[in-house]
Amino acid sequence: MKKKIGVYICHCGGNISDYVDVEKVKQAIENEGGVFLAKTTMFACSDSNQKDMVEDIKNNELDGVIVASCSPKLHLTTFRNVSERGDLNKYSYVHANIREQASWAHSDDKAGATEKAIHIVKAAIAKARLSESLEPNKIVAKKAVAIIGGGVAGMKAAIALSNMDCPVYIIERKYFVGGRVAQWNELFTTNETGKDLVTRLYNDLVKRSNVTIFTGAEVVKNTGSIGDFKLTIKITPRYIKENCNQGRLQEAIDACPVELPDDFNFSITNRKAIYHNFPSEYPQLPVIDIKNCTRCGKCEQICESIDFSQKEENIEIQIGSVLMATGFDPYTPIEGEFGYKEIENVVTLPQFKRMIDMSDKTLTFKGKEIKNIAYIYCVGSRQEERENKYCSRYCCTSAIHEAIIAKKKFTNINNFHFNRGIRAYGKQEILYNESSKMGDIYLQLTEDSPAVVSKNGTKTIVKTNDILTNGREIEVEADLVVLATGMVPRADNSVGSLFKLPKGRDKFFNEIHMKLRPVETFIDGVTISGSCQGPKNIMESINSALSAATKSFSYISKGELETEPIVAVVDSGLCTWCNLCSEACPFDAISMKEEGGKSIAFINNSVCKGCGMCLPVCPTDAIDLIAYSNKEIESMIDALAND
Amino acid sequence: MAENNKKSAKILVFSTEKISDPAIDMAGLLKLHYPPTIYTITLPCSSGIKSRWILHAYEKGFDGVFIAADGSDCVYGESCTEKTGQIVSRTHELMKQKSIEPARLKMAAICSVCSESFVKQIKSFNEYLLKNLNS
Repeated sequence: MKKKIGVYICHCGGNISDYVDVEKVKQAIENEGGVFLAKTTMFACSDSNQKDMVEDIKNNELDGVIVASCSPKLHLTTFRNVSERGDLNKYSYVHANIREQASWAHSDDKAGATEKAIHIVKAAIAKARLSESLEPNKIVAKKAVAIIGGGVAGMKAAIALSNMDCPVYIIERKYFVGGRVAQWNELFTTNETGKDLVTRLYNDLVKRSNVTIFTGAEVVKNTGSIGDFKLTIKITPRYIKENCNQGRLQEAIDACPVELPDDFNFSITNRKAIYHNFPSEYPQLPVIDIKNCTRCGKCEQICESIDFSQKEENIEIQIGSVLMATGFDPYTPIEGEFGYKEIENVVTLPQFKRMIDMSDKTLTFKGKEIKNIAYIYCVGSRQEERENKYCSRYCCTSAIHEAIIAKKKFTNINNFHFNRGIRAYGKQEILYNESSKMGDIYLQLTEDSPAVVSKNGTKTIVKTNDILTNGREIEVEADLVVLATGMVPRADNSVGSLFKLPKGRDKFFNEIHMKLRPVETFIDGVTISGSCQGPKNIMESINSALSAATKSFSYISKGELETEPIVAVVDSGLCTWCNLCSEACPFDAISMKEEGGKSIAFINNSVCKGCGMCLPVCPTDAIDLIAYSNKEIESMIDALAND
Repeated sequence: MAENNKKSAKILVFSTEKISDPAIDMAGLLKLHYPPTIYTITLPCSSGIKSRWILHAYEKGFDGVFIAADGSDCVYGESCTEKTGQIVSRTHELMKQKSIEPARLKMAAICSVCSESFVKQIKSFNEYLLKNLNS
């Protein structure tokens, strides 16, 4: 039983103390049994307070520490480390959450919030009194990382990990790497094209012996956990031999009678059933879209590299950490949204980018030369009535950039930007200035008075009340309307479910904390990066990819890692070996052993994950979970119940 | 139940570290208010809750116990929902033996972003308990 517990109650600036009377909390708990000292602090996590805590622990030989502050997700590790620096076992530390679950949840009831905070701290004291010194479990960590997604974020993370001498597997669902960036032409600020960037990264990766790239590959099964994930990868064949004759292959592509909308060009062009997205795409080997191939045999007659005997295969890899870089989908407007699919010359920004990339001297759409282009901003983002409340961050800059490229590449282009306030932040402001100097017209509107796209005979009219000209109604006759569509999560994000990755309110994968733990997830050993986490431009995606690579590597770099010593323990006196615990265990961690002339349950600590599923099924109540024993839980209930 | 004319019922919530606790935290972050007499004890998994802890809570004066279960999101396996349901069934039987109304134990799957759902469930449970407390 702990007798010298130190309790620190945090103001969190005013986040806690604006609603919880922290002095009253201190007074209420300072005379609790086992409490040796109680203090309030402005920021418990600050360096100065941490130093004070270390001194308190050492000088007073504290045997338990509690910090009542924010969620343990943010600072449990921080204060465990403080305990260790004070030479106190880190499992003698107990965290009390009085911000998310008291001050913020009950900011409408200060007295209620204070009363609740007192109870929460008393429950933490009850738990701390019974806490035991523990040593973390040490498990062997497989020094390899799987990166799911071979876009620029995934490739950049792979290079970073490879540089750290860490084997990497890139698992790309599509048949070609590069993701969305491969679909983009000139990029700001370097003027390098998306294809050039992808080529550069790919050429770097293929030189590295510790990088393996799977394309047409999908993770279909995941077992194991941090340090030892076992992934099953389904690899679908390209139906083309690796060392094929590219010349004959092009003839085979030309001969293919099947024509389908080309996803790569957002359906503004068609492709064949045997295809590559563009001639220099990586890997430089076309693929046969077997779902749409009619097996007419024409390609086989022309090219000996076609091989329909290739079979789908499943392979297994063992890795220590998983880095998610699965990217985004562009928002698809609903039918009729700003005339989409109802008025023929309304296209999305991704389609417009492909049009510009594929057009040479003149910009035409359905045979008509384009002169006046109306850009409508925030399509699928900042929605008042529908789901996507967030700003997609990249679309303002991307639309402006594309407008500048269109004006420079083609003659007589007039750009009209129907926006809800331009969000070209940081260096992207340069593009906005350039576009303004080139004579682009910016019309600003509000969400209450959106732009209206209509047809007047053969003309397409975009109309709005421009708030920059005192609400005057302005209309533009547009040859092309470009909807600056935002980012949405991948339509098929099932790989996230395999790892049980939580999603945020915006349905993107969710980090633990956007500032303090921005690439970590609640699933130990799984990091997230790039736009699968939320809208990001390339620079932001790569920053997060490098951060995720470093974090993933930090889990496994030592070859072993520490896990929580929370495992089940058996009271051999009470156990009668009925086998129910073993049946309940999802990890096969429980077996029978003989002890003292009788059969009892044996827990394999290296396999036990500490879920506790064996606890409630035991008819003699012979199993406890370390740190969640009957004594600890019931003493917490007692503390919370006391009025 | 403990006493009449309460403003809000005293409810013990068993939440889980990786799934329902983040949702309860986010409810606070979003200032989605609920009665301050709702207290949380966090566990690794909802299928590890012992019936004796639930019964202990009633003995000590809690009006209700709410299991914020992992549901199909459980990181420990798909059997969690079924096993948590079995805990509730077994505890309901024990509650009947002790003449405790089974409706005072409620379970709902709360995913990691189900903050609104948590607050809605807990408010409705609070109202139910209050109605019975004050009747």
